Amino acid sequence: MVHLLQYVFSGVTVGSIYAIVAIGFNLVYRTTGILNFAQGEFVMLGGMVAVSLATVLPLPAAVAAAVVLVAAMGWLLEVALFRRLRRHTLLHMIIITIGLSIIIQEAARHLWDEKVRSLPYFTGDECSSVRLFGAAMSPQVLWVLGITIVIVLLLMAFLHLTLPGRAMRACAANPAAAALAGIHLPNMRALAFALSAGIGALAGCVISPISMTHYEMGGSLAIKGFAAAVLGGLGQPMAAIAGGLVVGLAESFSVSVLPAAFKDATAFAILLVVLFIRPRGFFGRPFAEEGRNA
Amino acid sequence: MLQVRNLRCGYGSLEVIRGISFHVAAGEIVSLIGANGAGKTTVLNALAGLLPPWSGEVRLQGKDLSAHPPWRRVLHAMALVPEGRQVFGDMTVMENLLVGGYRNPQRRRAIDDSLKLFPRLRERAHQAAGTLSGGEQQMLALARALAAEPRLLLLDEPSMGLAPRLVGELFRLIRRLRDRGVTILLVEQNAVAALQISDRAYVLETGDIVMEGLAPDLSNNAEVRRAYLGKGYKEVWE
Repeated sequence: MVHLLQYVFSGVTVGSIYAIVAIGFNLVYRTTGILNFAQGEFVMLGGMVAVSLATVLPLPAAVAAAVVLVAAMGWLLEVALFRRLRRHTLLHMIIITIGLSIIIQEAARHLWDEKVRSLPYFTGDECSSVRLFGAAMSPQVLWVLGITIVIVLLLMAFLHLTLPGRAMRACAANPAAAALAGIHLPNMRALAFALSAGIGALAGCVISPISMTHYEMGGSLAIKGFAAAVLGGLGQPMAAIAGGLVVGLAESFSVSVLPAAFKDATAFAILLVVLFIRPRGFFGRPFAEEGRNA
Repeated sequence: MLQVRNLRCGYGSLEVIRGISFHVAAGEIVSLIGANGAGKTTVLNALAGLLPPWSGEVRLQGKDLSAHPPWRRVLHAMALVPEGRQVFGDMTVMENLLVGGYRNPQRRRAIDDSLKLFPRLRERAHQAAGTLSGGEQQMLALARALAAEPRLLLLDEPSMGLAPRLVGELFRLIRRLRDRGVTILLVEQNAVAALQISDRAYVLETGDIVMEGLAPDLSNNAEVRRAYLGKGYKEVWE
């Protein structure tokens, strides 16, 4: 029973990170129509920048600065790159973002190096543990869960209670009508990129003490995050949470029964099964309805 | 209020509007009538900035808007109610209105004012727009445009798909808006109803303005009656 709980906690922890990457995917996809496979690089950059800044700044300031810097980079990417590529098809854009993720990875390798780094634990150290329902875990796990919940709540509040958030949803629902209402679509797209980069960077910071930060980590995160987004239903920002948790739990339970090398395979096997049975994901709309009015 | 000179535009290499000129004076209701495919919607989209003009000039209160993107034209107090409503379906009625007033610092007051015209919408303020009936969605599209407090309102086929009783209600409403000082450019296939409430009208045929005049004159014009009002066939054929 305690073992089971241990797996649940570790699954939920990685699952939260996948969920945040998946939320970033959805946010950008809904607002801009781009599937951004460089999403995982934001997580990596968040961790890397924070680790470097933590040598000169106190930890909270380093994390905050990393989030702001990476969000600014997301904004810049849209302004400098994606804004000029609006005419390309979804498939072209996927290839372009994959290329972009490779460029960011290589740049990170040259800027830093190939060493695995990590931020210090936010509270306690690697030996401290807290007990929850009999299972022992690092307090950092609570940080991951807490920050994930805070990100999700803040994002919901932004999208549903503020005017810019509502404008962003309007852009997703009907870009032409949104433009007619006076919304500057390119700025909204840039904001979506900045938000998804920012939350990705925060996830990268909070997970860093547990799963380390490495220049290559972004690629697999992007794929898992994408799987989570598709599982939940592409384009439904909050459905991604369910998707992320399922992928995370599947991974962690597969380690308990199968060799560890099958971890990734299990996650994707579940994705395939779900897609066979329910192609739109858990909460997605049927594809026929997806055809936007514009 | 609005002056359009030699406007040409189209899609790809297809020229849809072939250099038309017209104007709308402040306080007028002017309608643009014509058959399906004449280019009426294209004209409105070009005016609102959704479609870049090939050449020509669009002046609103003397300012040249030709190079402005749609979001900037809203700042010049022009709003388009697009064809087919285009409400934000999964957002609530109130959210639709708030987004409509995105550039209007007084949006709360404007929304309150426009909800007085549409009591049904006030009852449904927190319902998702996609769950409204077609008529209610048309009212919402209109109210959303009004949230920006436009001085010039462009209406694209507002009566499309509405029950006849609602069409009458809608056209009375358009009149009331004009009485409140909103200038209106109306595009309609329902030429009878449009001419009834308009001061002047232009007849658009395959991208050209072929006729213009006071609305009562046009509704009595034999040519217009035959082509657009659906009356007169009997006289011709019997």
